[in-house]
Amino acid sequence: MSDLNQQMAAKYQNNFLREIEEQAEMGEWVKMCMQCGLCSGSCPTNFHAGWDHPPQELFMMIRAGKRDEVLKSNSMWMCTSCYNCYVRCPRKVPVTHVMHGLAEYAYRIGQSPKNQPTQHLSKTFWDNATKTGRVNEVKLTQSLYFKDGIGSGIKKAMEMQAVALGLVKAGRLNPLEAVGIAHKCKDIKGIHAMLAKANELEAQHKAEKAKA
Amino acid sequence: MARKEYAFYPGCSSQKGASASNYLTSVHSMCNTLDIKMTEIPDWNCCGASVSYAESGELPRIAMNARNFALAETNLPGQDIVATCAACWLGSRESKERLEHNSGLMADTQAALKEAGLQIKVIPEVRHMVEVLIEDLGYDELKKPIKKPLNGMKFAGYVGCQTNRPFGIAGESFENPMYLDKLIETMGGEAVPYDQKVTCCGGALAFSEPEKAQAQIKDIIEAAYDGGAEMLVTPCPLCQANTEVYQGQINKKYGTKFNMPVLYYSQLMTLAYGGTAKEAGLKGQVIRAPKLEQFAG
Repeated sequence: MSDLNQQMAAKYQNNFLREIEEQAEMGEWVKMCMQCGLCSGSCPTNFHAGWDHPPQELFMMIRAGKRDEVLKSNSMWMCTSCYNCYVRCPRKVPVTHVMHGLAEYAYRIGQSPKNQPTQHLSKTFWDNATKTGRVNEVKLTQSLYFKDGIGSGIKKAMEMQAVALGLVKAGRLNPLEAVGIAHKCKDIKGIHAMLAKANELEAQHKAEKAKA
Repeated sequence: MARKEYAFYPGCSSQKGASASNYLTSVHSMCNTLDIKMTEIPDWNCCGASVSYAESGELPRIAMNARNFALAETNLPGQDIVATCAACWLGSRESKERLEHNSGLMADTQAALKEAGLQIKVIPEVRHMVEVLIEDLGYDELKKPIKKPLNGMKFAGYVGCQTNRPFGIAGESFENPMYLDKLIETMGGEAVPYDQKVTCCGGALAFSEPEKAQAQIKDIIEAAYDGGAEMLVTPCPLCQANTEVYQGQINKKYGTKFNMPVLYYSQLMTLAYGGTAKEAGLKGQVIRAPKLEQFAG
């Protein structure tokens, strides 16, 4: 168990609902769920493999204190951010945001599934976007292909070759971005200072809540 | 002076050589005709999109959006921010809403912005380009500059998710929004009925869970063909890319024969306003649209 996970488990003891309410973004909404299942029926990825626990099931599992099952679940990582559940929920629970919040919390305390592809994408995307202030689409694609090493990266790149070539031909993927001739913000220094402060404050607030 | 002026937030995909550069080209042509002046927010940054949630956390993501607000307010005072990308619009609007309803979050955001020498006084309105077209100009005004109506062409208006949910266009329903169909028809085209208008294309999961996303994309394209459409039309850069560039892979996997061009509303409008193929960014189609190329002459 990671230190942060141990700390949180000890602090909240058997009250997993309170842990989620205080530590996960939008977690305070979990108690509003009335188990109608509209979110699950509205989810585009619910009908594919991987969605072991659709949203309303996760909500009930949180109340039932099934800490490990929820935090280690693959399910909330299946969210495409389509907001179908969000607009349809009769209790106005922002289900999309709660899914993101649960995933982020599980990841932050080191309990999320390892090698989860959307988790990897999330980190890769944010790191890519904040490095220069703007997304470098070529580098983003490269780091996604090569996440499992060179061999599988080349295989994936070959599979995607037609897609990439089509985009290059249409002037919508610029290979020069790979060598640094890329779009970027001027005040990168300012952006990094701003983000450092934001990270510091967010960590501080979460620690304060856990202490209270 | 132009008829309308806005602080333009093009977003990462709508830059030169990026995946929605054809969107940018056609938006500029369309706005020229409509006498809309779009001034880029100086040094704007990425909104973080939806998928960055796990790594970013709330405050850093909102700080990124707040930086754009502060830059727009300082450099282009009094102008609404206009985004062409659905994710930019959603990320910005969500940030605006949370900042305006949470004074603690606002104080933290101001503290973060201070590190970049910025501050927020009033957060500008955040609009999507189609809101500007429909609400600030209206269908009648959009009709006036038409030189070549798109007569006899059949389009499936693919609204998708993030220009529709959770905010959407005022007065439209989440389940069956009509604005894109109305835009198509205003330009003289035919908007065919089909049942996947607001189905998700998979969004960012097209990268991380391609099989799941491609299964959804297959349903969308199939329904568009069934509805009799020749082309798909969308207001979102990720919808456009996802429904266009994976058709080849879907064909291999499912044995389908998809080859449907996917356009932006702004490309249709540019062409109906008499613009050239170049002005409409038609060379930017991965699946070329020969019918429109011919039409443009």
